[in-house]
Formats: sequence, structure tokens, C-alpha cells
Amino acid sequence: MADKNEILAGLAEIVNEETGLETEEVQLEKSFTEDLDIDSISMMTIVVNAEEKFDVKIPDEEVKNLSTVGDAVTFIADAKG
Amino acid sequence: MTRRLVITGLGATTPIGGDVPTLWKNALTGTPGAKTLEHDWVEQYQLPVTFAAEVQVEPAEVLARPETRRMDRSTQLGMVASRQAWKDAGLDEADVDPERLGVSFATGIGGVWTLLDSWDTLRERGPRRVMPMTVPMLMPNGAAGAISLDLGARAGARTAVSACASGTEALEMAIRMLREGEADVVMAGGTEAAIHPLPLAAFSSMQALSRRNDDPAAASRPYDVDRDGFVMGEGAGALVVETEEHAKARGATIYAELAGAAVTSDAHHITAPDPEAMGATRALRKALADAGASVEDVTHVNAHATSTPVGDKPEYTALKSALGDRLDEVCVSATKSQTGHLLGAAGAVESLLTVLALHDRKAAVTINLENQDPDMPLDVVTGQARELPAGDQVALCNSFGFGGHNSVVAFRTV
Repeated sequence: MADKNEILAGLAEIVNEETGLETEEVQLEKSFTEDLDIDSISMMTIVVNAEEKFDVKIPDEEVKNLSTVGDAVTFIADAKG
Repeated sequence: MTRRLVITGLGATTPIGGDVPTLWKNALTGTPGAKTLEHDWVEQYQLPVTFAAEVQVEPAEVLARPETRRMDRSTQLGMVASRQAWKDAGLDEADVDPERLGVSFATGIGGVWTLLDSWDTLRERGPRRVMPMTVPMLMPNGAAGAISLDLGARAGARTAVSACASGTEALEMAIRMLREGEADVVMAGGTEAAIHPLPLAAFSSMQALSRRNDDPAAASRPYDVDRDGFVMGEGAGALVVETEEHAKARGATIYAELAGAAVTSDAHHITAPDPEAMGATRALRKALADAGASVEDVTHVNAHATSTPVGDKPEYTALKSALGDRLDEVCVSATKSQTGHLLGAAGAVESLLTVLALHDRKAAVTINLENQDPDMPLDVVTGQARELPAGDQVALCNSFGFGGHNSVVAFRTV
């Protein structure tokens, strides 16, 4: 069973690596585009790195539905089952 | 009415200095930049050449982490040089109209590390793992685009791509932009980061590189009878070119005048220089004419002089044809003996050294010249830096590239 806190922490590390944002700023309710200023290219890099880190598949058509960090954490948690 | 153009800022990251003061201090005393490469891939691919001149300061030590992830190494080096030049020119405190600010930043090869790493990723891990930033990182205009973004430059961002002539051609392009009134300030320069096994293998295949693996520091030896090829280098140089009017209005410090430039092409052979050097000779004459200078004004040349057996002689022929007897009064610095050959950045870094030579009235030294080739009776600056005479004078910087590209830039004291 995937721990959402662990996923959030892992995702925050990926975002930090890609954008330089502090990991503490990566919170569940934050919007990737509005709050974290992440563009579509960075988002794709984050998605691919998250797939690798969490060993899940995030289909391209699903990426547009991941508007907040929480959406991504939930998707990854569900995908891991 | 031709607008007079001046150099107001300098930036560089090179094998003999990660900034301009260090580069200049080392260039005046003579500092070999080439070293044995410590990368696993040298052994892995059994490269015939095991040394090169890598930058003294890694760009990752200067740039923020996310920046390095989104820029190819060539863009990283260009960005480091551009930011230094911008600051040196005092432009961080000046009010430059973004629509009057341009970029002319060259490269010979572009993002070769990104291109080849991405190809490895595709083959080993599949298309999903190919980075979304791959295209903007590998494109040769990547540095020009990134620098325009960094400076907010909106007057146009151009990229000269003419192999080893690219760096000087970037200055020629900057002159055109400024004279035609497209901009008041242009960040001009060149960058290269191609110390990768493929370019090393490819340049080796064409017998262009020195094989002096047992003594890298002595490998780059322009004009020496024992020269056996060039030494791969990497780095970037940036020069802020500005109309004199704009520079004076903001009280900028002026290093030298960017008096003129010329570009010609040989149409002789794709890589071999024309033995009669007619294209190079025309470039020298045209650059002097463009600068409104006569051969009697010339006191110093920073030569292309790559240290290849076939390349150094035609440049001598061109200098002799263009300058005639005046050549006896001209001192020549072959700074690739120290920095190695920075390919598309060479002309930018060497232009910068030419500017400093005029500004400080001191020409940089040529190292490793033990037995000068009698076919090239030039007055080469060796041993210690040479004092340039007092008074107004002109110095030239030559670059020649595969493809038959010749470009020459003329600078004048102010």
C-alpha cells in the first residue's frame, strides 16, 4: 500500500530537481501551473521521472488532469494500488 | 553616417581561466590548458587522443541547478560568459531598451552532448525517457535563445554557424545589426562544449588532432616545426558591443573600438585551406577597409594558428599578402597554444584577448614555440608578454573554419 506522504516527499524531490523550488513549497493543494509556475515541458519531465521513481505509468492523456500536486499524489497512489 | 561601435564588457570561461581577469593574467604569462582527460570513456572507446583543454571552472559551480538541467553544456558556458560580460559592462545597473538590445551568439557544433546522450537514452530506455527539453538543448541557436531570454533582449538573437570561424563571425553579425540600426547594444560571442568521445574520434579520424598523449601541455604548438595537430578545447567568450553614442550616454567604460570585420569563403575545398590563401587574404583586406584602416595602422594580430601541419602556413601567406612589408612590424600571438582550440568559441575568446591587448598595450604569449618553422617568419610573441607601442593602432583577429569560412575582425584603440 503506497503511503501518500512518501509519494508527496518523492514528488517534491523530483520537482526540486527540475525547477529548484524548495521541497516544502510542494504541497498537496498547490497547482503545478498557477502556484508552482511549472511549464508543460517541465511537467512532462516531472511525470517521466515520477513514473520511474514510483514504477507506475502515467498516460499522456492523464497528465492534463493532474492540475494539483494532490491530484498527482492520488493518481500515483491509486496506480500503485 | 556610420555609427562607431565600441566594446564595453567582456566575459569568458576557458581552459586557462573561468573569468576574464584570470584568463588575461594567465594568457600574459603563458599557461597550458590541455590535460589528460580523466573520463572513463577515453579508455572505454580506446580513443587515439587522450587529452583536451577543459574549462577551468565547471559551469555547474556557477549556474543554478535547474539551469544546468535545462541547458546543454555549450549553452551553460555561453550563459556564464554572457552574464560576466553584462555585469562587466555595467548593464545590470543601466536602463537598456529591450527592443534595442540584440544577441549574436555563435557555436560550431551546438548541443552535441545532448544530441548524443538523448540518442543513447532512446536506444537504451525507449522514447518515453527522451527528455522534453532535448530539442531546445541540442539546437545550435540554443545559447543565443537562452541568452536573449536571460537578458530580455528583443532586437533579434542570431547564431553564426561557420565551424571554427563562428566566434568572429558573431562579431561581424553584431556590427551589421548595430550599423543597420537594429539595435544599440548586442551581446556577441561564441561557445563550444564538444569534448565528447564522438567529436574526438571524428577529428582524430581526419588526422586533425595532436597525438602528443604523453605531454598534453606541449601539444598545442603553433608555428613550431614539431606541431602535429590542434588540441580540442571548450569554453565561451562574450563581448558587449555597443554604439559609441549609447555607451557614452550611460558613461560606460570603453575597452576598444570594434572598427570593422569581413567574412569571405574559399570555395576551394570543404576542409583543406587554400594554399594560396586568397579567401583569407581578401578577408584581411576587406576587414581593414571596413575599419577604415591602412596596413600601417596594424601592430598586432591574434592569429587563428591552430597548430596543424597544414593550417598555419596559409594564414602566414594571407598575412604576408595582405600586410606586405608591414608584417615585419606586427607582433603575432597564437593563444591556442595555451587555450587549445575552442572551435566555435575560439574567435570570441581570441577577439576578447585582442581587445585586452589593445586596452592594456600588451600582447599575450605563445607557448611551446621551440623551433619556429622557417616557412613562417613571423614575429611571434614568446617568453613574455609584448608591450604594444603608444598611440592609435589597430589589431586583427583571424578565424578560419571547415567549409572554407574566413572571418577577420579589426579592433582599434580608443
